[in-house]
Amino acid sequence: MNAATSTFETWATIVTVAATAIAGDILTAGAMRRIGDLDLIRAQSGLAGAIKAVVSSPMFLLGVLSMALSFFSLLFTLSKVDVSLAAPASASLTFIGNAAAAKLFLHENVDKRRWLAAIFVCAGVVLLSR
Amino acid sequence: MKHTLTPQRYLILLAVMLTASIGDTLLSHGMGQVGPISFAHLGLLFLALRNPWVISGILLLLGFFASYLTALSWADLTFVLPSTAFGYVVVALLSRFWLHEHISLYRWLGIILIVCGVGFVANGPSLTEHPAPKPEGAAK
Repeated sequence: MNAATSTFETWATIVTVAATAIAGDILTAGAMRRIGDLDLIRAQSGLAGAIKAVVSSPMFLLGVLSMALSFFSLLFTLSKVDVSLAAPASASLTFIGNAAAAKLFLHENVDKRRWLAAIFVCAGVVLLSR
Repeated sequence: MKHTLTPQRYLILLAVMLTASIGDTLLSHGMGQVGPISFAHLGLLFLALRNPWVISGILLLLGFFASYLTALSWADLTFVLPSTAFGYVVVALLSRFWLHEHISLYRWLGIILIVCGVGFVANGPSLTEHPAPKPEGAAK
């Protein structure tokens, strides 16, 4: 890790990446659920039709905006923090938040198996930061 | 109906996993060359967009996005995300052997835990059944 980077700064940048990524993931996943199976759409109206179906969704565009914010905070974070910490840590935090957000907003069936996965990943993140 | 995936769809998940991790590593390598960026000099981020490593990282992440969206169109978010967590192993190996970052025993244990977590989800159904709304095409 970069010696000049404080613990607070490290985690503040990582949490920012995660929070914006969760918003982006939930919005795009919700949009894709509304649009439907892309393989079917591509079979019916070709690749252009599939692309048009995706980019004409406001929910998707809002999701992309959040993802762009997340991307630039990741770029910023990677210039200060090791990739073997920053990439898994931000992505795992995103994953935990997404499990809760997917149940809350997308009404996905987050069963015992998926929660167990979330806990394991969370423990993994703690170990990664040691 | 239990949602199991065709081999072609597993290939999409594999692409999601590989492009994300290799893309991140390329970005990290490029940003290492660009150097630290402070809040006072955020304009340097645009300079970073001229670095070939950063450019190839961005291209790979674009490929990631396309396959990620495809996967989301036929599987739950809580299924796709952990499926891609195997990428952490790829990141760890790439940063260890190519970027020569040190990975402690704790970090290796963390990576193993994450991979175990992925195993739980991968065995389950990939899509939540919502009984109420019928697809529009079926209404005709």
